[in-house]
Amino acid sequence: MTELPLIGEAVAVAAHGSDLRQLNGAKIGVVTFPGTLDDRDAVRAVRLAGATPVALWHADTTLGDVDAVVIPGGFSYGDYLRAGAISRFAPLMSKIIDAANSEARLPVLGICNGFQILTESHLLPGSMIKNDHLKFMCRDQVLRVENNTTDWTRDYAAGQEITVPLKNQDGQYIADEKTLDALEAEGRVVFRYVGFNPNGSRRDIAGISNAAGNVVGLMPHPEHAVEAGFGPEEGSGTEGLGFFTSVLNKIVGDNK
Amino acid sequence: MPRIVVDVMPKPEILDPQGKAIVGALPRLGFTAFSAVRQGKRFELTVDGEVTEEILAQARNAAETLLSNPVIEDVVNVEVVEA
Repeated sequence: MTELPLIGEAVAVAAHGSDLRQLNGAKIGVVTFPGTLDDRDAVRAVRLAGATPVALWHADTTLGDVDAVVIPGGFSYGDYLRAGAISRFAPLMSKIIDAANSEARLPVLGICNGFQILTESHLLPGSMIKNDHLKFMCRDQVLRVENNTTDWTRDYAAGQEITVPLKNQDGQYIADEKTLDALEAEGRVVFRYVGFNPNGSRRDIAGISNAAGNVVGLMPHPEHAVEAGFGPEEGSGTEGLGFFTSVLNKIVGDNK
Repeated sequence: MPRIVVDVMPKPEILDPQGKAIVGALPRLGFTAFSAVRQGKRFELTVDGEVTEEILAQARNAAETLLSNPVIEDVVNVEVVEA
């Protein structure tokens, strides 16, 4: 079995021309803010999908030549002020916002705190407030893929149900009725909670996309369900990997 | 030194889970007169020197862009308080 190193070793392995490196030249950036927790898992997910992870720092002023960006979960700036509110003004975020809105439509995935940062950045509408039951919640969560045409969901079947971990305190998705109606009408509700709404989110919404489908945000954590034996016990345990293979296929397709 | 006080509240139509928890706790301590609680935020911005119209405008702008999120919150008050 091929060794899959963690982030600290990633660069050295790439330099030695590992088999994984040869799978695909696609580079997927993973942003670290002060207080980010899940950047290493996101890097590992990128690598397991067959792409090359690139560590990005919030204070960087350039995105380099990455083909996509993951904004991982955690508690950037300790959730001070509002979750994601201060990170939104990090130097790298303005580059990400520009690249996401540019004609090239850089694929951007925001997970948990990353989703909160994307709403604070106005790349995605609405906002997250405290869970309706006020508690931090950690559980394996079933989601239904409502839109399998985004850059991050094209490897799933429409209506497919996947199980990935969920863990948050400020996970209640809210927006005004007009915005919610527009999201539904335009097919921009990408994921819905199935069986149990863990935080009071409007219309059971777990994740949404922008109009172009290159920017996707969700509260649950696909990057924690990418490796057999370490993911949820329900299902295959690797049902989050499709996010990362989706964007990889999108990038490879574009480069053909 | 003068300070500019900015008060931010959750929008009226948005459920305030923290306020709801507080209103549930009040009667347990014998405070039975209150039927609802909403919890907001108060910011105090200290200014070195006089608060000009320009500085006040900056504070209002900061209140709308950073201190509050217009999707879920309203800036309900921006005022100068002399120390």
